[in-house]
Amino acid sequence: MPKKSKPNFSNLPDKEGHFGPYGGRYVPETLMAALTELDKVYRVTKKDPKFKKELNHYLRNFAGRPTPLTEARRLAKILGVKHFYLKREDLMHTGSHKINNTLGQVLLTIKMGKKRVIAETGAGQHGVATATVCALFGIQCEIYMGEEDVRRQALNVFRMKLLGAKVNPVNSGSCTLKDAVNEAIRDWVTNVRDTHYIIGSVIGPHPYPGMVRDFQSVIGREARSQSKSAIGGDPDYLVACVGGGSNSIGLFHPFLGSKSRMIGVEAAGLGVHTDKHAATLSKGRIGVLHGSKSEILQTPDGQIQLAHSISAGLDYPGVGPEHAYLQSVHRAEYVAATDKDALLGVKILSENEGIIPALEPAHAVGYLIRQKRRFKKTDTILMCLSGRGDKDVQQIAQEMNR
Amino acid sequence: MTRIQKKFDELRVKKEKAAIIFITAGDPSLDKNLKLVHSFEKAGVDLIELGVPFSDPLADGPVIQEASERSLKRGTNLKKILELVKKIRRTSQIPLILMSYLNPILSYGVASFARDAKTAGVDGVILPEVPVEEGRELSSVLSRAKLDLIYLLAPTSTLERKRNAARASRGFIYFVSMTGVTGAKNTVLQSVDADVRSIKKFSTLPVCVGFGISTPEQARQMSRVSDGVIIGSAVVRALKEHAGLSADAFTKKFVTPFVKAVKAPR
Repeated sequence: MPKKSKPNFSNLPDKEGHFGPYGGRYVPETLMAALTELDKVYRVTKKDPKFKKELNHYLRNFAGRPTPLTEARRLAKILGVKHFYLKREDLMHTGSHKINNTLGQVLLTIKMGKKRVIAETGAGQHGVATATVCALFGIQCEIYMGEEDVRRQALNVFRMKLLGAKVNPVNSGSCTLKDAVNEAIRDWVTNVRDTHYIIGSVIGPHPYPGMVRDFQSVIGREARSQSKSAIGGDPDYLVACVGGGSNSIGLFHPFLGSKSRMIGVEAAGLGVHTDKHAATLSKGRIGVLHGSKSEILQTPDGQIQLAHSISAGLDYPGVGPEHAYLQSVHRAEYVAATDKDALLGVKILSENEGIIPALEPAHAVGYLIRQKRRFKKTDTILMCLSGRGDKDVQQIAQEMNR
Repeated sequence: MTRIQKKFDELRVKKEKAAIIFITAGDPSLDKNLKLVHSFEKAGVDLIELGVPFSDPLADGPVIQEASERSLKRGTNLKKILELVKKIRRTSQIPLILMSYLNPILSYGVASFARDAKTAGVDGVILPEVPVEEGRELSSVLSRAKLDLIYLLAPTSTLERKRNAARASRGFIYFVSMTGVTGAKNTVLQSVDADVRSIKKFSTLPVCVGFGISTPEQARQMSRVSDGVIIGSAVVRALKEHAGLSADAFTKKFVTPFVKAVKAPR
């Protein structure tokens, strides 16, 4: 076999936002000037020690960083591995890792002198994290949320309203997350001069995928140094759930140069052989959705297919372009776990470790339990527990009673 | 030379502005589209834009979104739209432009699309989510097939962006009259004049104005400061509301007033 040069992950994306064949900027011309400005401001700001200090201050004193690395001994026993660690993003303010990104982006919003913030949300976690930072800095905030999700996630809708945000139900298309993104982009096209769009995942046009990854990489940086203290090195496996892919890329990215193997767990819904799943990297084809090129669930005619998952946070027919790239160069492996696996994950983690996970990371737990035979008893696994289960308990109760 | 370029040459000689009408292909049906295009041509419409329906049309307002949904429900796809183009071409040489989101074309295959579209009789393509930066490869494939890739510019485009898009565009340059989606209410039309003039510094191509032009009066104003006017949502909405009218009767009532406004002597 010919020798391939090892890809250098640290300088991706390129200047125009490409990760190999993926990424880029596919948006209406009206937005291009704003994206160029955002890219420029971000590139300068991220090197500014004052900005880093300010962001770290809020991450620590407002949002609760650093998060612990918890050893899950009973689960390690169940999995038959040496160590199993949980990176506890569920302990972050607002209940998930989403606030790592919204804090970074709201500081950029202020820097750019924009007066208004918009965001999309599926389950409501990103919406709540955006509304929270907007309240903190006194910025006008509007959240787009599919009508279907507004109904399913009434609690988070109320939280956003309490935080002073306006929630706009979206009743176009399938009335879920992808339509909320469409509508947020339409708002942005209209109000681009005074509005910043805080995208919640590593999706969208350049510079979002790289920028959101950088803000989320705090997860992996902490995890890597904590792992060093705990086991004296890097874990054998890193595992995280993948919807758009922000918590997983946040965990993976600082380890890309290491020897750790990476497993991203997508939602298989009712199963990848059915048409009700969200396993984009297993079943998608290359295409363009929401401003970037990536793997996408689509029909033979190139229409976007509806995704399905028990978890609204994974219910998305696209995936971040960097994940598509990592899969294509075989640096990370992507698998899928069903709704049932996720419920099993909730149950086992709750009963054995005293932690009720959100349905999203429960997919990763469920996958590990079902595939435990692939791991050796000398292995150490580190998993990102991206959010807590409070928002899901009602749904979990309903599903378990079925 | 494409039919688009030829048409603008003729208009230049006649000192006329271009009346461009957009309809969503497959709404209300491909058969009706065929009749409409013929009626439009008889009524003096210069170019036709056929919208390729897409599930997630993020540059479009509710009117074209809903038309796209209706069309998709009827099973419209690129292949069928190219068949419609072939049928139009049996009797008409009116310039035909496909306005499409990128994904249906990527899925079809860019090279096969370019070949099939040209063979069917398409003259140009507008891709509302493809800026110059991402259009280079596409542009060369399309131009090899002798299809014009028409770029869009917007009120927020910087001078540098205007220069790059004006130079890369073929056929004409599409100026988006406002920051917003298609069919939005447009109240501020004043700055269009200055924008069109600044674009023309970089290119001799015609500059046509679209988005948010919903009345003949607005069309008349826009035609004064540009080389042509694109009417989309206003016609698509009327088509939905007056589905019972024959193509000729519809055209007379809803399209002719726009054509007259664009062609009005000044």
